Amino acid sequence: MRTFTGRIAALIVKELLTMFRDPKGRVILIVPPIMQMVVFAFAATLEVKNIGVVIYNQDSGSHGAEIVHRLAGSPAFTEIAFMDRNEAIRPAIDQQKAIAAISIPQDFSRDIEAGRAAVLQVILDGRRSNAAQIVNGYITTIITAYGNEIEAVRGTTQPSIRIDGRNWFNENLLYRWFTLPSLVGILAMMIALVVTSLSVARERELGTFDQLLVSPLMPLEILVGKTVPAVIVGIAEGLLIWTVAITVFGIPFKGSFLLLLFALFIFIMATVGTGLFISSISKTQQQAVLGTFIFMVPAVTLSGYTAPIENMPLWLQKVTYLNPLKYFLITLKGLFLKDMSFHDVWTNTWPLLIIGGLTMFLAGWFFTKRLE
Amino acid sequence: MRRLMALIRKETLQILRDPSTFLIAFLQPLILLFIFGYGVNLDSNRIRIGLVVEDSTPDTASLARAFTNSRFLEVRLGQDRREFEHDLVIGHIRGIVVVPQDFSIDMALKTGAVNLQVIADGAEPNIASFVQNYTFGVVQVWLQHEAEDRGQSAAALPIRVLPRFWYNAELKSRNFLVPGSIAIIMTLIGTMLTALVISREWERGTMESMMATPVTITQILLGKLIPYFIMGIGSMSLCTLVCTLVYDVPFRGTYPALLAATSVFLLAALGQGLLISSVAKDQFVASQIALMAAFLPALMLSGFIFEIHSMPRPIQLLTHIFAVRYFVTSLQTLFLTGNVWPLLINCMAAMLVISVVFFALTALKTKKRLDA
Repeated sequence: MRTFTGRIAALIVKELLTMFRDPKGRVILIVPPIMQMVVFAFAATLEVKNIGVVIYNQDSGSHGAEIVHRLAGSPAFTEIAFMDRNEAIRPAIDQQKAIAAISIPQDFSRDIEAGRAAVLQVILDGRRSNAAQIVNGYITTIITAYGNEIEAVRGTTQPSIRIDGRNWFNENLLYRWFTLPSLVGILAMMIALVVTSLSVARERELGTFDQLLVSPLMPLEILVGKTVPAVIVGIAEGLLIWTVAITVFGIPFKGSFLLLLFALFIFIMATVGTGLFISSISKTQQQAVLGTFIFMVPAVTLSGYTAPIENMPLWLQKVTYLNPLKYFLITLKGLFLKDMSFHDVWTNTWPLLIIGGLTMFLAGWFFTKRLE
Repeated sequence: MRRLMALIRKETLQILRDPSTFLIAFLQPLILLFIFGYGVNLDSNRIRIGLVVEDSTPDTASLARAFTNSRFLEVRLGQDRREFEHDLVIGHIRGIVVVPQDFSIDMALKTGAVNLQVIADGAEPNIASFVQNYTFGVVQVWLQHEAEDRGQSAAALPIRVLPRFWYNAELKSRNFLVPGSIAIIMTLIGTMLTALVISREWERGTMESMMATPVTITQILLGKLIPYFIMGIGSMSLCTLVCTLVYDVPFRGTYPALLAATSVFLLAALGQGLLISSVAKDQFVASQIALMAAFLPALMLSGFIFEIHSMPRPIQLLTHIFAVRYFVTSLQTLFLTGNVWPLLINCMAAMLVISVVFFALTALKTKKRLDA
């Protein structure tokens, strides 16, 4: 009779073989994560670039012309169109040909010369309110700078406060420095989850799970045998993306690699536990896919990746304490950009131990219950 | 025709008897709308910052009050910047504003400028830019008040920018995120569910039994698509109701236009699901392809959260092959703007072309043969 470890080792080898034997399965483990990483690294950005604006300049004076000139010279505005009537503004905004329309009134230059406050109207597409606010910021900055120059010429300087704005950890606010560290966690989670939840469900649907159950293996051994390969795949995936993030995308990694490995391991354990739990309660593959989805979409949405957690209503912020990805994203961004200490990493890692322990326990319980 | 009706009846019965299909069509949309509606919020309303006042004078106290009164910021006061540095690392605050020792209005008057330091957490780029913008806003307003108090004219600014946000005056990101999230839900129902259901038939061999009957392959596929199409329209109606009644998103278009856009999109989504299942013929692979080619693009490349215009050129081009991109635009327009026909017709034409391509490919791929 083979020993406990011998049996488990055999099971692990079997699992890894099932995963990599099937050519379709193999492609799915390797190609999608890399494609996702490349596409998402470039696509997932809340920066606003390549902005289209329309300008309706009714002013014949020099100030209106100067404003037009400055807007056209700004690298942010790549598509500028000129309108000759007010009615043309609405279709341009409605059909999303431009996100902003700047209307310079007839007496714009005259007002400035006369020392009256000149008003510039900016119409923005509220359908995209986040981008519109940022565009409004760009336009205001350009106009304010011009206004200050006019004042300087007049010699009526106001007291001003120079704001020395700095961004720690990511001086130029590159969105990619935010996306790629997060993707290490998100993609590793996705693959580990799919591998675990579907492997059990598929065996169950094909009937081979019953064969496993009647073999000399103990339920605990089956659980371990299903866990270890998924953990290996998940960690490998995470490290692969970490490597590409650093080498190809040049994201800085300031923290300790050992801490990353430690946190990644515990995070993947928690994920695999969740996957096992989902598969232990689903009877068919379709249910397992569904269950994975019902977990994954909220996990990504409520992780701080798509939108900051602090913007959520308070009761929902409390719900995020159950989300393993939330903790790991804090650790990842901390280790990549902020050189987080062991103490802070641990604060965001011990909840994962609890989540992992609980889900594994439940999964084991459901498996044994089925056996009896 | 009679055969087709019989098939539709069979499929409808199958849907009605399998609770999991029903869950995907009606419970899942509700869960997702709930998560997207409350969890994805880009409006940073109460950003936590640390305010360091190095020297206590009437001027600095008044500026500190301006910060604490801001409805966008939640301010914690301190005397030393180092008190807050660790909070910034662990993400308890998103920025530090330092009012330096020599700060006073008189200084500003004499030298023309004093410095104020703002340190934002660059690991969260979107929040960081809001920290910078809000600080700028608070300081400008405070300066103006100070100038008024000193009897200087408030209208000293030579140019005033008057922004107006059309279609979403309160700048609620929910107003455009919730309609966009309907597109994601419809993608799940259209593509994911069809791909799973039909690949299950292949996997279980029931497709072969169907082929042995006198019905044609077109009838088999139509028999599958029509019930799912009707289910899709049903769950679209549910989403629209929740969107307008629960989330108070305005609906400014007309229902026939919404129905038309939804129908065209469902055609494309069902066509994609059909194609995936005829390529994969295996639930695991089908679910992975559906995840990668339908769900993730719907999340990342549709313009639902991330601005398509800000993406690099090749990725912008890539977005055109996903029908969901056009559906997100149509939904945002129908809900917030109204029936903008030139835009809607463009979108619907594009979705129609995409669905024709999917159906043509499926027809090429699926023959009534068993050896493939």
